[in-house]
Amino acid sequence: MMPDSLAPVSDVLQRVAPDTRGAGRNGWVDVCGYDALSLERGAAALVGGVQIALFRTYDGGIYAISNRDPFSGAYVLARGIVGNRGEAPTVSSPMHKQVFDLRTGRCLDDPDVAVMVYRVRVTHGRVEVYTGSEAAA
Amino acid sequence: MSVDMFAEPVPGLRAETVAGVAARRLVVVGNGMVGQRLVDAVRERDTEQRWQITVVGEEPRPAYDRVALTSYLTGTSAEELSLVSEDCYDGERCVLHLGEPAVAIDRDTRTVTTATGRVVEYDALVLATGSRPFVPPVPGADLDGCFVYRTIDDLDAIRERAASARVGAVVGGGLLGLEAANALRSLGVETHVVEFAPRLMPAQVDQGGGEMLRRAVESLGLDVHVDTATEQLTALDDGRLRMNFAGGVVLDVDLVVFSAGIRPRDELARTCGLDLGERGGVQVDDACRTADPAIWAIGECALAGGTIYGLVAPGYEMAEVVADRLVGGTAAFTDCDTSTKLKLLGVDVASFGDAHGATPGALDVVYADPVAGVYKKLVLTDDASTVLGGVLVGDASSYAALRTLVGQPLPDTPEQLLMAGPSTSSLDDAAQVCTCQNVSAGAIRTAIADDGCCDVASVKTCTKAGTVCGSCVPLIKTLLAQSGVEASTALCEHFDLSRAELFDAIRVTGLRSFSDIVAGHGRGRGCDICKPVVASILASLGSGHILDGEQAALQDTNDHFLANLQRNGTYSVVPRIPGGELTPEKLIVIGEVARDFGLYTKITGGQRIDLFGARVEQLPIIWRRLVDAGFESGHAYGKALRTVKSCVGSTWCRYGVQDSTSLAIMLELRYRGLRSPHKIKAGVSGCARECAEARGKDFGIIASDCGWNLYLGGNGGFNPRHAQLFASDLDTDELVRLIDRFLMFYVRTADRLQRTSAWLEALNDEHGDGLAYLRRVIVDDELGICADLDAAMDTHVDTYADEWAAVLDDDEKLRRFVSFVNAPDVPDPSIRFVTEREQIRPADPDPDPDPDPDPATGPVPIAGAQLEVVRR
Ligand SMILES: Cc1cc2nc3c(=O)[nH]c(=O)nc-3n(C[C@H](O)[C@H](O)[C@H](O)COP(=O)(O)OP(=O)(O)OC[C@H]3O[C@@H](n4cnc5c(N)ncnc54)[C@H](O)[C@@H]3O)c2cc1C
Ligand code: SF4
Ligand code: FES
Repeated sequence: MMPDSLAPVSDVLQRVAPDTRGAGRNGWVDVCGYDALSLERGAAALVGGVQIALFRTYDGGIYAISNRDPFSGAYVLARGIVGNRGEAPTVSSPMHKQVFDLRTGRCLDDPDVAVMVYRVRVTHGRVEVYTGSEAAA
Repeated sequence: MSVDMFAEPVPGLRAETVAGVAARRLVVVGNGMVGQRLVDAVRERDTEQRWQITVVGEEPRPAYDRVALTSYLTGTSAEELSLVSEDCYDGERCVLHLGEPAVAIDRDTRTVTTATGRVVEYDALVLATGSRPFVPPVPGADLDGCFVYRTIDDLDAIRERAASARVGAVVGGGLLGLEAANALRSLGVETHVVEFAPRLMPAQVDQGGGEMLRRAVESLGLDVHVDTATEQLTALDDGRLRMNFAGGVVLDVDLVVFSAGIRPRDELARTCGLDLGERGGVQVDDACRTADPAIWAIGECALAGGTIYGLVAPGYEMAEVVADRLVGGTAAFTDCDTSTKLKLLGVDVASFGDAHGATPGALDVVYADPVAGVYKKLVLTDDASTVLGGVLVGDASSYAALRTLVGQPLPDTPEQLLMAGPSTSSLDDAAQVCTCQNVSAGAIRTAIADDGCCDVASVKTCTKAGTVCGSCVPLIKTLLAQSGVEASTALCEHFDLSRAELFDAIRVTGLRSFSDIVAGHGRGRGCDICKPVVASILASLGSGHILDGEQAALQDTNDHFLANLQRNGTYSVVPRIPGGELTPEKLIVIGEVARDFGLYTKITGGQRIDLFGARVEQLPIIWRRLVDAGFESGHAYGKALRTVKSCVGSTWCRYGVQDSTSLAIMLELRYRGLRSPHKIKAGVSGCARECAEARGKDFGIIASDCGWNLYLGGNGGFNPRHAQLFASDLDTDELVRLIDRFLMFYVRTADRLQRTSAWLEALNDEHGDGLAYLRRVIVDDELGICADLDAAMDTHVDTYADEWAAVLDDDEKLRRFVSFVNAPDVPDPSIRFVTEREQIRPADPDPDPDPDPDPATGPVPIAGAQLEVVRR
């Protein structure tokens, strides 16, 4: 059994309190080259057994959310269409078209639902995701 | 006024209402259009439930829209024609007995007896028995193969006979005769119209209009015989009929439809001693009541104000009058508008008011254009100050507006009115916009302003305007537009344009990248609505491979991976099998691929084979094998041409009259890869037996003895529609050109996700008769765009290339077919299958979804909205 702090997290947005589970650790793990991501399109990545959907937006932004579409249970969010709704950069699920805010993971069509958001950055042309272990970096 | 205005019923025989108060018994004979309207009107007004209603109807089905009867032959189902709402007959307060004609009325005991011996008591009795078609007393008119045109059962019988018929005749060149002739023609029968009078539609149009009409009708392939009296019909040995005309001329036909007028069904009234008119019809006063105060008559069986009305609008008016009287009102029936407009074979014909200039001193102003087949006449008062009526043939677009002018002073010069029609801005509130339902401009304005109606559909529901013949719909649209509420056609928050407008903008400006397009015509970065629309438009405009450059980012996941996403995130693969024809070798290749990749295999409804359960990274390997074996993309993933389904046709089938398979293959190869607002399906049948179900398709072709009949606008799915006959007996070149133009015009002008049927319906709303409009555009080239449409299709055909072969040749495009960017060969661990009937199927999704992250290497989620995402 996993330690409590690493227990799988639900897609349903119940935990809005600041999350401290990553506190004290500093592990940026290399995922892929920034160029491997197409503009305004997603790509799935496998990081420590977790499926992440990475998105590169038109303004150069990069986002990482869970690849799992909470409505269908299929791991497909990386294959959705990227765009915007108002201020929010978005992806729409390719399954049934619900739209998610890439910044917060919140579903803009159903306020009760959100997906996990992961910390991601680009350094030296590489995309990195923040993980639980320094060793992995 | 009290409700007890006629004698008390026999005590003790009353039904009880729920409240225990004695209810009165209303019996309605006839469940046709008007009888049903009466029931609805009484139920609406009788809020205290004073009436208990019993209806006896002769036909086997509840009331249906007889005005739209002909559409039953072109795809509308009997259910769709029904006029009876689900909750109308509850079996208690309101009871309906079908297939049970009333056979006698006993006015002393106040009972009606039906053919099954049922005896129903009444306090009020309403006769709404309509009329029967008049069959002239010609010897042989009762022979096998002779029909009338009044009920759904009649049409079923005609359709059955027509299936094996080549030639038919309609006796009667009036309004209904021409409608019946059109129907016969649509059934693929060579049709003759035989009219006794010297012109067609003698009751509606004058000689000039009749002549124009004859030419128009003949140019559409009907044979017209005016001034021709049918003297006798004789049966020939082969089951056909010989029509003998005055003067010794004969015509041999397979069936005859009599449509020579109607006669009121007044026999019940006659046998119980009620007064009839000289030429029949139950005599009623202005309350629609007969001399017996307990008996009323409405609709086509009634003689009201000395007239028997053969139209539905006056009948509805009578129903409202009687309903009002039954709840104690004082409504009276007054003279009624007998304007008519109909659309025959693409020829508009309308007459209104005093069309024949019967008013003493009336003036005619006539405009005739024999080349365009247009004839218009306005009838004015002797001082040319007031409109009395008019006739329109060939172009009746201004009918609805002109009709509102009857009795009004001329708002413009007569020439202006005839050429351009009246302007509608100044439409008086009292002007009657919908004559069928008697709805004024004011009532529609109120519905828009106060009831929040914002489109034609809601105005229809709210006011009933536009629900019968539909000719007033353009006026309703005008009124909507004037009040500024016409629904927005904006695509989404990024584009204010509709799809059709965006298509034109992109076509004309030559912009070919989303960034340029959204910068020039919209805002923001798009969404899952506008991006696929732009992608589809760019593809329709022939902008290279759909995964080229920036276009790739616009595609829905299906187009992005050139495969169909399934519920568990896997894809299905459908190679093209043109016309459903497949060699054994190729069939074996499909089998081997399916076996080697463990794919679930199923035959589709479009005569091809669907292979399910492929993971993203498997798609290129699967397609390598398929392409090597000679297969191409089937575009099952795209809003594009899917399949052209076919039967084996004359090559094998003993009934086939044309080679449907070859045609289907040719068409599928011609239109493969064509992107469109929605998927397009097609079918080709080798004879009228229609084994390929072509009429359930966007375009369907059915072989005739002398060519192909083209049907447009059908679909299956959620709201099934039969395609409607567009043109008959085409040779293959003519057929292909028409389909080219139909498809291109659809691709350019339809809304996003609008199937051809919905598109045609929208054209109906906009132009009166969508099919006729389409004919004017793609046959007569009224908009002058045919050359352009042809060129666009030729370009499509010339530049077609298989999308999958192109991907396999392009490393850049192949790059996206990986499971994970950082682990391209690791299969998605969430995809799991179970076995069912010896094949795979997706396992149910895991209820506890996220796999536990590896404590050492898993990513750390940031939950909630408070945390900022780290940016570059
Ligand atoms: C093909 C066609 C096209 C038409 N187009 C138009 C048009 O464009 N515009 C227009 O205004 N009008 C049109 N009409 C005419 C319109 O349909 C009629 O005016 C309307 O249906 C009259 O309604 P009704 O209820 O009086 O008669 P019906 O609708 O004929 O109903 C009478 C019903 O009573 C039943 N019945 C008769 N006797 C008995 C009995 N003894 N016991 C029980 N039931 C009985 C009949 O079977 C029938 O079902 C068209 C008609 C046809 C056939
Ligand atoms: S539609 Fe006609 S030709 Fe085709 S299979 Fe059926 S019967 Fe034969
Ligand atoms: S005029 Fe016929 S529906 Fe309005």
